[in-house]
Amino acid sequence: MALFGYDYQTRRRREALALFLIRASAVLVLAILGGILAFIFYNGFSAITWDFLTQFPRDGMRAGGIFPALLGTLLLAVGSLVIALPLGFGAAIYLAEYARPGALLTAIRLGISNLAGVPSVVFGLFGLAVFVGVLGFGRSLLSGSLTLALLVLPTVISSAEESLRQTPQSFREAAIGLGANRWQAIRQVVLPAALPNMLTGAILALGRAAGETAPIMFTAAAAYTLALPDSVFSEVMALSTHIYNMATSGTHIEEARHLQYGSVMVLMALVLGLSLIAIIIRARLRRGRQW
Amino acid sequence: MVTATQTAISAQNVDFYYGDFQALKNISLDMQARKTTAFIGPSGCGKSTFLKLLNRMQDMVPGARLAGRILLDGTDMYAPEADPVAIRRRVGMVFQKPNPFPKSIYDNICYGPRLIGIRKAADLDIIVEKALRAAALWDEVKDSLDKSAMALSGGQQQRVCIARALALEPEVILMDEPTSALDPIATSKVEDWIQEAAGNLTIIMVTHNMQQAARVSDFTAFFFLGELIEYGPTDDLFTSPRKKQTENYITGRFG
Repeated sequence: MALFGYDYQTRRRREALALFLIRASAVLVLAILGGILAFIFYNGFSAITWDFLTQFPRDGMRAGGIFPALLGTLLLAVGSLVIALPLGFGAAIYLAEYARPGALLTAIRLGISNLAGVPSVVFGLFGLAVFVGVLGFGRSLLSGSLTLALLVLPTVISSAEESLRQTPQSFREAAIGLGANRWQAIRQVVLPAALPNMLTGAILALGRAAGETAPIMFTAAAAYTLALPDSVFSEVMALSTHIYNMATSGTHIEEARHLQYGSVMVLMALVLGLSLIAIIIRARLRRGRQW
Repeated sequence: MVTATQTAISAQNVDFYYGDFQALKNISLDMQARKTTAFIGPSGCGKSTFLKLLNRMQDMVPGARLAGRILLDGTDMYAPEADPVAIRRRVGMVFQKPNPFPKSIYDNICYGPRLIGIRKAADLDIIVEKALRAAALWDEVKDSLDKSAMALSGGQQQRVCIARALALEPEVILMDEPTSALDPIATSKVEDWIQEAAGNLTIIMVTHNMQQAARVSDFTAFFFLGELIEYGPTDDLFTSPRKKQTENYITGRFG
């Protein structure tokens, strides 16, 4: 029935079709994701034992565990966070709170978002040239952490700046109105309010970086080392490069298949764990902080 | 009462610009100490802009420019040597929308005192109680001082903001439409506070509500299109306005 020249039945049919397509794409995405997870779980679960997590690889990586790689990845993650967090939050505070709007600020923002899109292998080569080469840190925990820090910085800055901008202007006004100077207002009122979201963004970025392969391969990772790192200048193993090595450069690739899947599972659990931590931090710090 | 009138804040030939736009034109106005002065006028007339000049809150706005002088107790608050932070401690502000910090009630009240270095718990306890009593909120919140101020009702939040400003014992309190975001009951509590504070504190408020101006203020200033049209004792202004524009506005013919 057409009322005022409008066909309600057609409209309803279109609505139903649109809803179906949207639902279907959501289900499809979930199915693909679930499929990948199930596949890895199915193939790798048998490899996961306490020994697998706590022992060194043996027999040309055909047996044994992944302890040094797991430790290396954790250390690299912590190292890059220690470097990227203060730098990134500092830059974000400057951009959100102090920088005057204008061509320069626009250019800086554009640069940051472009950096976020640069392939990670480019960061890896940069790290190799500058940290490993020019600065002479060698292939080390330090070089790898610095490279990963550079990789995550754009994301850390953008998400932190966004969180700061979402903090109500009225908080700043209230603090300034009570005789705070700008920095006091930021440190005592704005930052505490924005911190949950800033941390969440940083940890999510870190989760992605922890799985990166190329930057670490060039700057930090040993294919195989019996020594655990004893300083920031030590070479380390890392999960991502370990998986790459096991799957491509061993002499018994097929025999070690279940170990590869096991390592992938551990890496994924690590990344998901980081996301989970991010969610928990946000939920905790946010309690009673709605505005 | 035979106290001589005394000027708390004196604006002299104030012009104010946002970029190229002139928001205020040649405003001269003496606001009396320990009285309540209300600014009324249609939206965009410059009354809030003017209010925020009185404790240098406009400093935060990029591209703003001021000509003329604003004297706080005889001293030019825009002189190069004047410290905006010190001025804001003497001239407190309560905003249109209650804006407590996402902290406890106690920490909200203590924010200003802590900024000036008061740290001892015993001192702060006294300040908090005094400020909350002055804002007529003590009885309602004395048992939940560590609760988040965000959890209070809108009217209570606004009184937390008043108490937070009072904790610095300012000479003047500026209020920018302090009840426009509140329901009638909360509004009357804030108005009660204004009336109780009158005589001890200089209050300068912006309001859209002419009944409110008539109820609580001693003096009223009517702004229109960036100009001060009329200023005088509230009773005179509302009963026998001297200017046609004022009369039109208060009788509801425009605005």
